[in-house]
Amino acid sequence: MAVTEKFVGQPVLRKEDASLLQGEGSFVDNMTLPGMVHMAVVRSPFAHATVVKVDVSKALEIPGVIGAWSAADLAGEWAGPLPMVWPITEDIKTSDHWPLTSDKARFQGDGVAVVLAESRGLAGDGAEAVDVEYDPLPAVLDVEEALKDGGTLVHDELGTNAVVHWSHGGGGDQSLFESAPVKLTFHYEAPRNTPSAIEPRGVVASPVPSMGEFTLWTSTQIPHIARFTLAGTTGIPEHKLRIVAPDVGGSFGGKLNVYAEEALALVLARKTGRPVKWIETRSENLGVTIHGRGVIHDVTVAATEEGKILGFHVTELADMGAYFQLLTPGIPELGGWVYMGPYDTQAYWYEFTGIMTNKVPTDAVRGAGRPEATYVIERAVDDLARHLGKDPAEIRRINFVPKFTEDRPSLMGLNVDSGDYLPAFERALEMAEYEQYRKEQASRRENGDTKQIGIGLSSYIEMCGLAPSNILGALRYAAGGWEAAQVRCQPSGKVTLYIGTSPHGQGHDTTWAQITADELGVSVEDIEVLHGDTATTPLGMDTYGSRSIAIGGAALHYALQKIKDKAKTLAAHELEVSEDDLEFSDGAFRVQGAPDKVRTIPDLAVSAWTAHNLPDGFEPDLTATATWDPKNFTWPYGTHVCVAEVDTETGHTDLLRYVAVDDCGVVINPMIVDGQVHGGVAFGIAEALYEEVLYDEHGNLLTNTLTQYLVPSAVEMPPFELDRTVTPSPTNPLGVKGIGEAGTIAAPPAVVNAVVDAVSHLGVTDVGKPATPERVWRAVQAAKGGGA
Amino acid sequence: MTNVSVTVNGVARDADVEPRTLLVYFLRETLGLTGTNVGCDTSSCGSCTVLLDGDSVKSCTLLAAQADGREVTTIEGLASDGQMHPIQEAFRRSHGLQCGFCTPGMVMAAASYLQENPSPTEEEVRHSLEGNLCRCTGYHNIVQAILDAAGQTAGAKA
Repeated sequence: MAVTEKFVGQPVLRKEDASLLQGEGSFVDNMTLPGMVHMAVVRSPFAHATVVKVDVSKALEIPGVIGAWSAADLAGEWAGPLPMVWPITEDIKTSDHWPLTSDKARFQGDGVAVVLAESRGLAGDGAEAVDVEYDPLPAVLDVEEALKDGGTLVHDELGTNAVVHWSHGGGGDQSLFESAPVKLTFHYEAPRNTPSAIEPRGVVASPVPSMGEFTLWTSTQIPHIARFTLAGTTGIPEHKLRIVAPDVGGSFGGKLNVYAEEALALVLARKTGRPVKWIETRSENLGVTIHGRGVIHDVTVAATEEGKILGFHVTELADMGAYFQLLTPGIPELGGWVYMGPYDTQAYWYEFTGIMTNKVPTDAVRGAGRPEATYVIERAVDDLARHLGKDPAEIRRINFVPKFTEDRPSLMGLNVDSGDYLPAFERALEMAEYEQYRKEQASRRENGDTKQIGIGLSSYIEMCGLAPSNILGALRYAAGGWEAAQVRCQPSGKVTLYIGTSPHGQGHDTTWAQITADELGVSVEDIEVLHGDTATTPLGMDTYGSRSIAIGGAALHYALQKIKDKAKTLAAHELEVSEDDLEFSDGAFRVQGAPDKVRTIPDLAVSAWTAHNLPDGFEPDLTATATWDPKNFTWPYGTHVCVAEVDTETGHTDLLRYVAVDDCGVVINPMIVDGQVHGGVAFGIAEALYEEVLYDEHGNLLTNTLTQYLVPSAVEMPPFELDRTVTPSPTNPLGVKGIGEAGTIAAPPAVVNAVVDAVSHLGVTDVGKPATPERVWRAVQAAKGGGA
Repeated sequence: MTNVSVTVNGVARDADVEPRTLLVYFLRETLGLTGTNVGCDTSSCGSCTVLLDGDSVKSCTLLAAQADGREVTTIEGLASDGQMHPIQEAFRRSHGLQCGFCTPGMVMAAASYLQENPSPTEEEVRHSLEGNLCRCTGYHNIVQAILDAAGQTAGAKA
């Protein structure tokens, strides 16, 4: 019998959980293979230095060390450099990025040699025994310093550190930036942060020497992209290279990349014929896995005296780090389409300059460009309100884009194809008891309390569901943005899905099963979801940019329609009626007027499999594949409200309330969507109050452990209060938009706005991010004229 | 080499290991119990939390030799008769895990804490988790799960 229960929209408990809860996860470090050896990378202690000599002989003397290689020793192994797939302008200046550097170390942690040994400990011993002679050079660490003529260059051959400049080109009436009655310019900085997944990166590379075949298990978001690009770096033919992303212990952009260690493990497996394992230490994770943010912005807001915003003019300097990783130069550009937020403006300008420094490369970290943009716009809206003496809620109300009614390109050139911002905004303010907290704030101010209340708002839009292939092409991205799914109805009645996206905690097994269950009338328990293995899944574009449900989910939807079409032909044949005489519901085809004449999808799967009696030309097996390329991005939005209590004497901030009202379109699993919001908001709160990558003046990373880099605990986090509005996306058949990044995009300005608001009556106009107690205290002291 | 005898999940285990072997690597690599994870080098993240004689410890902070003669419970030893432990069930019910990497440590920390304080407040639960980091959940549903396992309910407001 077909299952009539509906799963979409229900908080179905996760299919993934049983193994993860009982210690049966398949994380890379849990793998051991016969003959496996361990890899350690010798890393530069200097941020910038000429590599004079690398002597591996002492490492080779250690019993248990199998080999040690300098960059020069491995030079012949490479078919190409590490990949960068997004040369965003024609005149971008790039230099080759090799898995080990031979001439100069360009950031602290840059790899100069590699060691293999019989155990993890011995590999570390071997790495310490490699003798490297360096000639230290001055390091360039600050983006503004890096722009000065005659200064240190990260890559001499490029002749400049300003390697890329991208301009949106502007939209609307640019003269408003001159003629507007109110023109205010603000400066905001977003320091580097880190993805800091709790599982560090790790790889196991396993060769079949006689066949020239390799399997790489790697903790990655992007097995398919890694396969194509690592084939290019290592020279292993793509069809001889299998990439598997097993259970991946979080990522947040950190594993949306192709790294030196993946390439090194593959070529050393080829060289030695043995499986090679490398597991990143936490210090490596903080010091050589990509960082995020690292940007400074100047924004001019043009407005009327009443607070009607006429335009945002934004220029950005972006710290690229020492090399381009996979997507580095494109990250600011991803934000470059949302520097108007949800506001109905008349002029748009955005441009950025990407600058090389002697630091870890930057790249996508949760939100990627859009948190940076939203931080600037939402801080600026609050600062505009403060300047005009108006309530920041009122300023937002009068500036929202009206409810979406018809397709039209927005000022920045893309079609924001859904949106009704005011209801989500009003709901968030109502939940947060906005007016009551304003009264509480006034009362505390009047009493001169040492603990003051601040209320921070953040209204955002996202550009998600990356991405229409034609737009990616226009933006010079090297690949497409489509997705793939295959559905196989097994003869036993079970269903197997082969999916092109690759999750790392988002609960895809459950969500994909819910979609399938409703379409085919089977139970979620009877559906198996496979992904993350290039040998078994259709070629897809993996998971990032809140794209999996919006594009992969749509591909699955169309594969399921093909299944139903095929099944209908077979049902009509078996029931000896025309297809037009059939009705479909709850996974069963029934003859109109004779509902006892019925064939369920599982019935038809058996028939298609035995193939004893098929219609002419009908292909055996009930299976179908679909690919899908979106015509537009998806456009989630929402408003978050943060109520903070700031101790004006110590600078300490407590979050009293955090309310998030998001619109991610149709919700497949509300429990999972809420979980994504919780995690995203926590990531954003961390960015707002705690996390900041710090280097000293020589380029030594100071935040190289979790005792210095402050990933917050449960103590620092408030409970979250969530609600949502539902405005279906018209771009895809499911009406979904994606929710993985929303919280991280919305939260930093909500929190920092709350902190500034709490002390603004003391004369404070700005507190930098993260708003640490020291920063808040200094801002209060400075406002009081204390000279701190 | 040092001989280490430990009762792990009720079974007597015995092995010769390098003296520098940490308890977590003894469990993971010598005994093959890979449910206990390693997430940092500084005893900060708590992914490696196990029970030593019933109390939660970070197994990356102890040498295997320090566990000699004692009882260790790991995440693999929590379920019984094919039934997940009530805390594991509560984590599932409350969606207290996403990627699942910190989860074994979180569950073990919670198991130890609820022994100590069977009826905690939300605030107390948050403090009990101070040594365990999660990057996925924002802790909201982890706190909910532990309160649920303790038969308590969390208020929406702090």
